[in-house]
Amino acid sequence: MTLDRKQIEDIAMLARLSIKEDDIPVHQTELGEILKMVEQMKSVDTDAIEPLAHPLEIDARLRPDTITEENQREKNQKMAPQTQDGYYLVPKVIE
Amino acid sequence: MYTHTLAELSKLLNDGSISSVELTKLYYERCQTYNSELNCFITLTPESAMESARTADALIAKKQNGPLTGIPFAHKDIFCTQGTKTSCGSKMLDNFLPPYDATVVKKLGDAGMVCIGKTNMDEFAMGSSTENSYYGPTKNPWDVSKVPGGSSGGSSSAVAARLIPAATGTDTGGSIRQPAALCGITGLKPTYGTVSRFGMIAFASSLDQGGPMTQTAEDAAMIMNAIAGFDVNDSTSLERENVDYTTNLNDSIEGVRIGLPKQYFSADVDPKTIEQIKDAIGLYEQAGAKIIDIDLPNTSLSIPAYYVVAPAEASSNLSRFDGVRFGYRCDDPVDLLDLYCRSRSEGFGNEVKRRIMIGAYVLSAGYYDAYYLKAQKIRRMIRDDFQSAFKEVDVIMGPTTPAPAFGLNELLDDPVQMYLADIFTVSVNLAGLPAISIPAGFASNLPVGLQIIGNYFSEPSLLNLAHQFQQTTDWHKKMPEGFRS
Repeated sequence: MTLDRKQIEDIAMLARLSIKEDDIPVHQTELGEILKMVEQMKSVDTDAIEPLAHPLEIDARLRPDTITEENQREKNQKMAPQTQDGYYLVPKVIE
Repeated sequence: MYTHTLAELSKLLNDGSISSVELTKLYYERCQTYNSELNCFITLTPESAMESARTADALIAKKQNGPLTGIPFAHKDIFCTQGTKTSCGSKMLDNFLPPYDATVVKKLGDAGMVCIGKTNMDEFAMGSSTENSYYGPTKNPWDVSKVPGGSSGGSSSAVAARLIPAATGTDTGGSIRQPAALCGITGLKPTYGTVSRFGMIAFASSLDQGGPMTQTAEDAAMIMNAIAGFDVNDSTSLERENVDYTTNLNDSIEGVRIGLPKQYFSADVDPKTIEQIKDAIGLYEQAGAKIIDIDLPNTSLSIPAYYVVAPAEASSNLSRFDGVRFGYRCDDPVDLLDLYCRSRSEGFGNEVKRRIMIGAYVLSAGYYDAYYLKAQKIRRMIRDDFQSAFKEVDVIMGPTTPAPAFGLNELLDDPVQMYLADIFTVSVNLAGLPAISIPAGFASNLPVGLQIIGNYFSEPSLLNLAHQFQQTTDWHKKMPEGFRS
């Protein structure tokens, strides 16, 4: 399994990670090795097998759509890198 | 005093032989003395610990104490502690003070336990050596040139060196059992859904499970009594009646059917490790257990399936770290994309980035069926293998790891070799089963762990089998030299 430079750049973009041009060969080797190991799965016939998402096959429990939490904006925003007037500040998105 | 188990400390506190304040000071001093050598802790919390200890002593004086009241311990730094730094071993959360307590934190606090610190771990629990921590590697107290295992390596190292009598851990692919084995302590990974994941920073949500790391099975049972149970805040928490995990500890193990999978005793496993495990199984046989050879044919597929499922879920879970709401933010972002990409690249370490990229790839359009769906199908095959085995046997035994602790830096540049250290533990997470690792001897002067795997909700039997073993052996009482002052 080899990934080309473009694939590495695409994966990094999907993952929202910036990678250095010089590091691309390292990523190619490391991800390639992991995917090679993962490809052992290919040799197994799984056509008749249903996928298993939850080990006990139980659906996630739903709760009634009622308010259970009070507004804790100030407490929760204490940890934010930058806020203003109760909003999270990010670089300008629309000119 | 510091070699006592939880059960012993509980008695001493209850009959007034020692106070929680005295005990907390004693353990805190040990942590301070030895942390520079072992690097078990990311944060020590002496002030809040002394406050909890005084509260505990007041409860004991009024005879309002429970079995855990006043006993010091530590949390893995993956559990959110309100107002106390919870880093998850990452630069990303180096400044994070959670606004709430994890359910496990609240429950052990309510039980009166005294938290004296937060233990080191592989970043976001991704690793098998605790070398992937932003705060530097933890050392194995049996040989400080070796890793303590991971990801709960801070907890296992601290309990092994008797810096604390117990700690919490989490296990996504072996992160409680593997470090417990490599450090010579007891570690229980409960059935998926038994211990609440609320406030436990998510790595792979369908695999993650918290549990106790202790000297003995009896101590693990005592902690389980406090942390297990339904939690409305965790949508995968199971609604079951509460269980007393200490009730069955002294049951007879005569006639118990023990399965030995041939795959767990293959030529790839360290022969000295196998020798120790066979001796341990011999003791069970002497006690009247029946030994049966079994087959878990898809064992070798558990690593490939795990390294698709876990990174896929991780890439989704870790998308929340975006430099906007909490955690690390890069300096002077030029635009929103730059803010996301640089905050994440600067905030995450290499192994985390590697797994996020694998996860993003296997979930991407055109590859989903070949990787993620395929892995979920293999996951069913692995679970079905276990279910067929449990028709013939009550529990499955084997080595927890294929070899004892490896050297620091030995596998750091070879991710795939590092992943293979989890060969006997990951299949248990894929199937959602409970399993315990207990000390079962030494190979090359390093601890060997015996893993006992049971069917869903069989924790009381696993603890019973482990406890009975610990009544006739003293491996769990061994402690490393050099930490005795």
